[in-house]
Amino acid sequence: MALLGHVCLGLALIVCAYGIVVSVYGARSGRAEFSLAGRRSVYALASLLTVGMVLLEIAFVGDDFAFNAVADTSSRTTPLLYRLAALWSSQEGSLLLWAWLLSMWSSLVLFLTRKRLQEVASYATAILLGFGGFFVGLMVFYANPFTTTNPVPAEGVGLDPLLRFPTMMIHPPMLYSGYTLCTIPLAFAMGALIARKVDGEWIAVIRRFALAAWLFLGMGILLGASWSFSELGWGGYWAWDAVENASLLPWLTGTAFLHSLMIQERRGMLKVWNVSLPLATGILAIMGTFMVRSGILDSIHAFGGATLGVPFLLLIAALLAGSIYLVVSRRAILASTHHLDSLLSREAIFLFNNLVLVGLAFVIFWGTWFPKISEALTGQSASVGPPWFDRYTVPLALILVLLSGIGPVIAWRRATPRGVLRNLLFPIAAALLTLTVLIAAGITQKPLAIAMFCCAAFALGSVAQELWRGTRVRRGASGEAPPVALLALIRRNRRRYGGYIVHVGMAVLFVGVAASSSFQHVTQLRAFSPGQSTRVGAYTIHYIRPTAALTPHDDPTHTGSTLNVGAVLRVTKDGHYVTTLRPSEDFYESQEESQGSVGHLIGGQPVSSVGIEASLTRDIWAAIAPELESPKLKHIIEVGNKTIPFSRPDEGLFVIDFLAHEYLKHPPPAQFRLEVSPLIMWIWLGGLIVFAGGLLALSPSPGALRRRITRPASLELAREVKYRELRDLELDLATGKLSREDYEATNATLRAEAMDILNQLEPEPPADASDPTDALDPANPGSSDSGRPNGRARSLPGLPEQEDGVSDEQDREEDSPAVEVALHE
Amino acid sequence: MNPARKRTVRLVVALSAALLLATALIYTSFNASSPALTPSQLLREAQPGRSYQLTGTVVKGSVHHDGGVLHFSVADRANGTDAVPVAYAGIVPDPFKEGREIIVTVQKQGAVYAGEQNSLITKCPSKYTVAPPSEKQNA
Repeated sequence: MALLGHVCLGLALIVCAYGIVVSVYGARSGRAEFSLAGRRSVYALASLLTVGMVLLEIAFVGDDFAFNAVADTSSRTTPLLYRLAALWSSQEGSLLLWAWLLSMWSSLVLFLTRKRLQEVASYATAILLGFGGFFVGLMVFYANPFTTTNPVPAEGVGLDPLLRFPTMMIHPPMLYSGYTLCTIPLAFAMGALIARKVDGEWIAVIRRFALAAWLFLGMGILLGASWSFSELGWGGYWAWDAVENASLLPWLTGTAFLHSLMIQERRGMLKVWNVSLPLATGILAIMGTFMVRSGILDSIHAFGGATLGVPFLLLIAALLAGSIYLVVSRRAILASTHHLDSLLSREAIFLFNNLVLVGLAFVIFWGTWFPKISEALTGQSASVGPPWFDRYTVPLALILVLLSGIGPVIAWRRATPRGVLRNLLFPIAAALLTLTVLIAAGITQKPLAIAMFCCAAFALGSVAQELWRGTRVRRGASGEAPPVALLALIRRNRRRYGGYIVHVGMAVLFVGVAASSSFQHVTQLRAFSPGQSTRVGAYTIHYIRPTAALTPHDDPTHTGSTLNVGAVLRVTKDGHYVTTLRPSEDFYESQEESQGSVGHLIGGQPVSSVGIEASLTRDIWAAIAPELESPKLKHIIEVGNKTIPFSRPDEGLFVIDFLAHEYLKHPPPAQFRLEVSPLIMWIWLGGLIVFAGGLLALSPSPGALRRRITRPASLELAREVKYRELRDLELDLATGKLSREDYEATNATLRAEAMDILNQLEPEPPADASDPTDALDPANPGSSDSGRPNGRARSLPGLPEQEDGVSDEQDREEDSPAVEVALHE
Repeated sequence: MNPARKRTVRLVVALSAALLLATALIYTSFNASSPALTPSQLLREAQPGRSYQLTGTVVKGSVHHDGGVLHFSVADRANGTDAVPVAYAGIVPDPFKEGREIIVTVQKQGAVYAGEQNSLITKCPSKYTVAPPSEKQNA
């Protein structure tokens, strides 16, 4: 089996090399069959790595300790679920997961673009295969997951107990999906630059992948935070640790890209920015992977002894140099086709949002790398702590939330100050109301948290107003009942309203972060004994009795520990019973024989099992560190070590059982950490809302599934975007974002621009030009008047007159690949 | 003002704002940081009243509790001769153990180094600790 694994990796490397050569040749020569071969190489890579993944998982499930990866991270006592997850807890296995996910996502994007963007996609194929080859190369030459030993060990080390937590099953694949998806926009951006095709088309193609990368990365980060809060005994979810920061960086630049690409789609602006952001995002994603593996920065996650620093550094250097060269050498074709009309427009808000996001990324980048920066500048490595990060990130986060409320209510191109003010009245009222309620409730300390609550109320008010107005416009036209109209509104413009829902989720999440970090009560008890009680915030916590028991191995929730020692805590508020918490600590077996035949059974790493009573308003959180080192308990283990041989772990367990009974009879005082954190739940709820909004924005509209893209279509795309702008303009007028005069002026400009595009389309009619829908309206005299835009062109072919002002934009707005509808039906 | 000129002005304003912010950022990062030292460096250089970030390995047999205070010594990763005695009160993370690599912020107080409350972090063993061959044999 190991041999098969080696063969798979070897073949994968060859496939990568072959694919790169044929793709580049295909792109340069324009010969489609070579590009096709390159794409098929990606599919082949995906198949080979899938076989590799399956082989390794079989080894994990079957406890094949001949594999080093299995022996080092799994054992017979590790439950099945965690044996499966153990694959990615080893260096080699996680590289395989990375490469496999990369190949799968690359296959998907190349399959979906197989009929478009031939040249750009061919270069992108080569770049993606380059990444694939890099990771496969690392496995082949540095960390082969199929390395075996002889003789075969009888038992493995076991999965680290800290990782035996359900979210650890999905956290790494989510995060890695995010990281690998980040390389796809990078590959296409580079492809577009090399091919000098930097119009809107490549952006339309990779938009969904950029969104998916953002979504997966975000969810991966959040799952990690939730694991930290509920599994690690420190009661926090974010520590500004280097590796955490490393995952946040590409997420921030990715967020910026998702916003700025809309400006390029609509206005042809910010092209330099729009190629730089995906390049930066991809490089930051690779850098995140690098940091974990090189141990270059002190982090709670990164490890010395990892040897992959140099190859990663070379890759990052190559990517950086390549990106800079490409952007600089192509700067002429990256010029904007428009300029900012007004600082009071949605473009300007997006631009500002981009600057804040990139600024935020810079702050975090600087703080994360500060130890290395200061070492380089002063010769003395030094680090900045969480207070430094907070000082900059909190104000920037406030601005972001505020902007997320302003953006949606401002029209594209230009808005009048009066109109903007009128649209902001309701959000501002929501913020002021929140402020009043908070002050009335006596919450006046922590101004930054209060500012965040008000900003969030502002953002939520703005989205609520958008939904309400949109619904009203739709109702006015269709006469549907309000809920039906609302659903129809959202369903038909998933991209826009998905985005708004994401804004809602982020606002909710930030409220949770602000509340839980500013209004938390923590009590740390060094020696808490049964019968005693203590206060945490408004709650009283009584230590009722200790618990101690051997962990039943047939318990489906068990994680493979030997002994579980904990406490029963009764929580009351003003004398009323609230809940009972059962924090405990799990003791695991270790492989160290020096601990003795009994001692080693519980000598492994103890892992907290946190007691949490979660609710919408607050989480009560308790962790215990029991004392097993009291003279009496120690004595029991020493006697056991002397009398029981290593060959009888069953008898050893009897001793442990006796120890548990002794602990219950005379419980020594234990250490506790107790917390009451308000609104923690809002963080996870906000995350779920973001996830839902992201999925909505990703999902294709019902009609789009039927459409097939058969040829590159940048002009049709431009026409479609222009039509979308026109429809949005109608909606902006209907929802009161635009004054009548501004509407008239912009409408005339847009229609003229649309006619321009149609005139350009006409001289080179598409293959099936006989299709009447594509021909210009013969009734329109402007059509023959080439180059001379017709200011009052009333009928633009293919732009359906809107029966309800909102509806029809959606089907097409949905996704630009939909362009060909009119050409094909 | 013509539009091109206006754009230039905007650009200059934006760039200077960014420059100003970046300067503040860089200045405060040098000010607010605490030097990261290894135990042997700390023993040589530490001045009382300054915070240092200490990274090293917990010396075997050095851990003991004294009331609510945890005492342990931290030595360099490679050679464990220079050990820094640390007195720490605060949350002790789960993976804390003799022989594990830790990071803690300390201040010199006489002969001992007082750990800042809740600053102790243990390097997460979740990833890729390359076990020496001898340990593997035991497995």
